[in-house]
Formats: sequence, C-alpha cells, structure tokens
Amino acid sequence: MINKIMTADEAVAGVKDGMTIMVGGFLATGSPEVLMDALVRKGVKHLTVIANDGGLDAGQPAGEFGGKTARGVGKLLEHHMVDHIIASHLGVNPKLNEQFAEGTLRYTLVPQGTLAEKIRAAAYGLGGVLTPTGVGTPMETELDELGREKKVVEIEGKKYLLEMPLRADYAFIRPTVADKFGNYYCAKATKNFNYVMAGAADKTIIAPEKIVEIGEIDPDMFAVAGVLVDAIAEGEKPWQI
Amino acid sequence: MADLKTRIAKRCAKEFKDGEFANLGIGLPTMVADYIPEDIMVTFHSENGFAGIDAIADESNVDVDIINSGGTYVTALDRVKYFDTAESFGLVRGGHVRATVLGAMEVAENGDLANWIVPGKKVAGMGGAMDLCTGCPEVIIVMLHTQKGNPKILKKCTLPLTAEKCVSKIITEMGVMEVREDGIWVVELHPDYTKEDIQAATGCELHFDPDMKPMEEE
Repeated sequence: MINKIMTADEAVAGVKDGMTIMVGGFLATGSPEVLMDALVRKGVKHLTVIANDGGLDAGQPAGEFGGKTARGVGKLLEHHMVDHIIASHLGVNPKLNEQFAEGTLRYTLVPQGTLAEKIRAAAYGLGGVLTPTGVGTPMETELDELGREKKVVEIEGKKYLLEMPLRADYAFIRPTVADKFGNYYCAKATKNFNYVMAGAADKTIIAPEKIVEIGEIDPDMFAVAGVLVDAIAEGEKPWQI
Repeated sequence: MADLKTRIAKRCAKEFKDGEFANLGIGLPTMVADYIPEDIMVTFHSENGFAGIDAIADESNVDVDIINSGGTYVTALDRVKYFDTAESFGLVRGGHVRATVLGAMEVAENGDLANWIVPGKKVAGMGGAMDLCTGCPEVIIVMLHTQKGNPKILKKCTLPLTAEKCVSKIITEMGVMEVREDGIWVVELHPDYTKEDIQAATGCELHFDPDMKPMEEE
C-alpha cells in the first residue's frame, strides 16, 4: 500500500537544476524549512521560485525576534540557487536586491491576490483569470513571467487583465497538521499560499509540523485533500523564537 | 513630526463606522487603529491571512503563527477568522473590505495613486497594494502633505501607478481632502494653516468646499 511518508532528502530527490518550484509562506511564516534545508543539501541550481516573497535572511526581522539563520526561500537565496523569482514583494530580504544588482537573479512581480489566483488557476484547471488589479499600471504593460504580453479584456465597460495560470514542477508546503494520507490544514496565519499551491505542480510535497494517524482527528478540520499530496516529509518543527 | 502623524491618525480614525471591515497599511496607517473610539467595533484585515488583527505581540503573548503583512508578530481578536491568500484577496477584490488606509508617494487630482515603486531604486514590490487600491470601495491616503517641501498631491503622477482613479480621501496634517469628479476639494482645514498655505504645498489646483470646517483633532 502507498506510503507517502519519507525523509525531506527523499522528498526532494527528484528536483533538478533549472526546475520551477513553488514554496508556501509569507516572510517565512508557513514555509517548509526542512524541505528548504534538503534542497540546500542537494545543491540544485538555476531554480525558478514562485513564492510570495524572498523569505528572511539571517537576523531578520530585526530585533528580539530575529532568526539566527535564513528562513524559507531565504535559504535558497543565501546559497545562490535561484535564477528567477516570481513574487509579490521583494523588499525585505536584502539578498534579493544584492543578487539583482550582481545580475545573477531576475524577478517578475505579481500583485499578491493575482499571484494566488494564477496558482489557483493552474491547480483547478482554469485557462486564466480576469482581474481588475493592475489595469493602468506597469502590470498591464510589462511582460509576464514567461515573456508574454498581457491581454486586456473589456467586459460590460470594465477593463480586466487576463492573467495566465502559474504551474511548477514541485510545490513545497508546510501544514501544521497532516494525517498519513496527506490531508492537511495550516494554523492561523500560516495558511497564506499553502492551500492554493497544492495541485498546482507536478509533485506536491508537504512538511507537516505534526503527522497524525488516519482517522485520528475530525476530517472536517482538514482544508486540503490528501489526494493532491505526493509525499509527506518528516521532521518539520514549530518555529522557535 | 510624531505629533503631526498622531494628528493624522486621530483624524483618520473618525472615518470608521460601527461594524465595519477595513484594512490598514504598514506605518502611519497602522497607528489609526489606536484611536478608534471604544464604543465602535471595527474589524481590521491583515492581508497575509486574517480578519481581526489586534496589537503588536510581546514576549508574553507572541504566537509564531501570527504575523502581520509586515512580518511583525501580532495578536488577534477573539472574533478572528484566519484564511489563505486566495480568500484574503477575494474579500479585497470583491469589495468586502470597505476601506483601505495607505500612505502615498504621489496622488493625482483624478485619484491616481503611486505608492509602490521608484524606478532605479531598490526593488520592493507591490505586495497587496494594487489589489487593495483596486478592490476597496474607499481608498484613504494618510500622509504628510509634502516630501522634503515638495508637493505629493499633483496634477498627474510621475511615478508608476498602483491603481488608477482609486483615491477617495486624503488626510494630511494640513487638512482633509475629497477626490471628486472635478478635482480635489478641501473639506477640512487645520487651524494652523490658511487656504493659501495648503494651496502652496499642493501641486494642483485645490477647491475649497463651501461647508469647509476646521480639521478636528479630538
């Protein structure tokens, strides 16, 4: 019978240089740290990363709650593993602007709500989404992440941008609790992109803080169906401050 | 300067009605929450994933699963609802978040807003700002009236836009202005300034409402 549970290293074994990955988290809250660590150990390069932001660098955020190590996508940036980042906000982790200036990293900005819908469109089989967000701004005139021009669609006198689906080879997700089949939920503000990314990639990998037996908790607790999950990595821990 | 920002935040807090759902940006907009009258219940949206943001957390009550959109650990109200990014911005684009309070680099007399990028400078990104300015029925700008003496309220924005014709109200230390079809109307003027002062600090022609009042601070 299928057993999805494995180590983080086993879960990322299929990731190759040049692949596109999506990573849940918002400034690293809700990011699957054990999977990022495993990618660093594997040493893959030239990744395209789809995420809300560039995670956190060591010591961020400033002050008493700063982390000793980089967090989330910040780990991949620290090791120069990313060639292209598709995100809504790039101002926090200083590694981003350093690598833009060096010319080793390029970026595509997507408004946060649009980013979620592009990913959701990929997961849910839509040909794209129409959003009013970005009309009259550089989002209308600049090329998208694959170098395509944006289409403007007018419906009943109102303009919308046609935003295309955004897929990846791998989606890396951090649930708070998952059962051994992969049904999961994310607590509080760790949900962010961790729900829409499930199924928007060829392989969906989760790294839950807690793995429970099938049937152990009320199925109504789960937000995402385990049928979308290909692998469950062990070892994720609640973030310690 | 801190006093001027407090003045702006206190005035902005009067914009909310009992039972409303609204969004506050990071920085000066966040200060507005401190001045909402106690007999009014306003639910504030944190676009990274919940309705019902409360205060900045400290060591006694920090929960590592609750941050605001600036990445700061915060607390949530008892009536909080957490959601993912798709639902969060569905609420925004759907017009269910009645108002957003944001800062601005430039506002044009037709309501165009620029507050996310200065070409050639460090890349930051729009985050949720474009969605908020497009989706919220009311966009309230809170800011100091000028930047190093230069007007920020202009005939036309010079910077890339966040959204077109989205700003409904501007609150500065000098007064309260409404963006209407025919331009920007001063509806409240702070007693420290004259009509000439506020016009001189503004890059487009201001209209003065016949019913213009002194800007209330308390």
